[in-house]
Amino acid sequence: MKIDVKKEEKNLVISLEGKLDTNTFQDLEKELDNLTGVENLTFDFKKLDYISSAGLRVLLTCQKRINSISGTMILKNVKGQIQEVFDMTGFSDILTIK
Amino acid sequence: MLEKKFMADIKELNKVISYVDNYLEKKISKKKISEIELVIEELFVNVCNYAYKDQNGYFKISISYDDNIIKIKLEDEGIEFNPLEWENPNITLSLEERKIGGLGIMLVKKNMDDIRYIRENSKNILITRKFIKENK
Repeated sequence: MKIDVKKEEKNLVISLEGKLDTNTFQDLEKELDNLTGVENLTFDFKKLDYISSAGLRVLLTCQKRINSISGTMILKNVKGQIQEVFDMTGFSDILTIK
Repeated sequence: MLEKKFMADIKELNKVISYVDNYLEKKISKKKISEIELVIEELFVNVCNYAYKDQNGYFKISISYDDNIIKIKLEDEGIEFNPLEWENPNITLSLEERKIGGLGIMLVKKNMDDIRYIRENSKNILITRKFIKENK
């Protein structure tokens, strides 16, 4: 999985490419380790093809952290298959998908 | 039908997935293959993390595709572990109440048509099927 990070003041945009799975979720966790000063987090999933429960757990933990600082977290360009995984697990209701 | 043994080690995940991909390629659509990949990943990780928590062992996979049915049989010699006993996460809970466990097996159940677990001769055996309605 490729991770591209762009930070501008309070805005952080993380673009993922490939698979967010058991082998790669820790790479994303590392990127999210330091969210100091971030208020608006955007995940761009345009090039993300696959997500498993390991990836879901990272997103859930991240959303909880963002909520605890009253920030915003948005997922954009979510592909059909990943959307299906969000629907199956009820994540569509707890994440903001645009 | 194809059958192969792997080391039950997370590092082997990509090998297991490739093995399944190669077999299913040209038989079913990419979308269905991706659903099967997800199922295999979740079940394989469970075997590595729970059945073989503190020990090494093997993971055997058998896969077949006949009469529009994908049949997968998984076998290991770890401690007794029935993933179907995981409590389904309550997906109607609010974000703050949501727990992070049980999501994997939930995805398995939703992507497959049936699944059963047997403990036999000190082995965990899981048999699961998916009915494919499409032509290729």
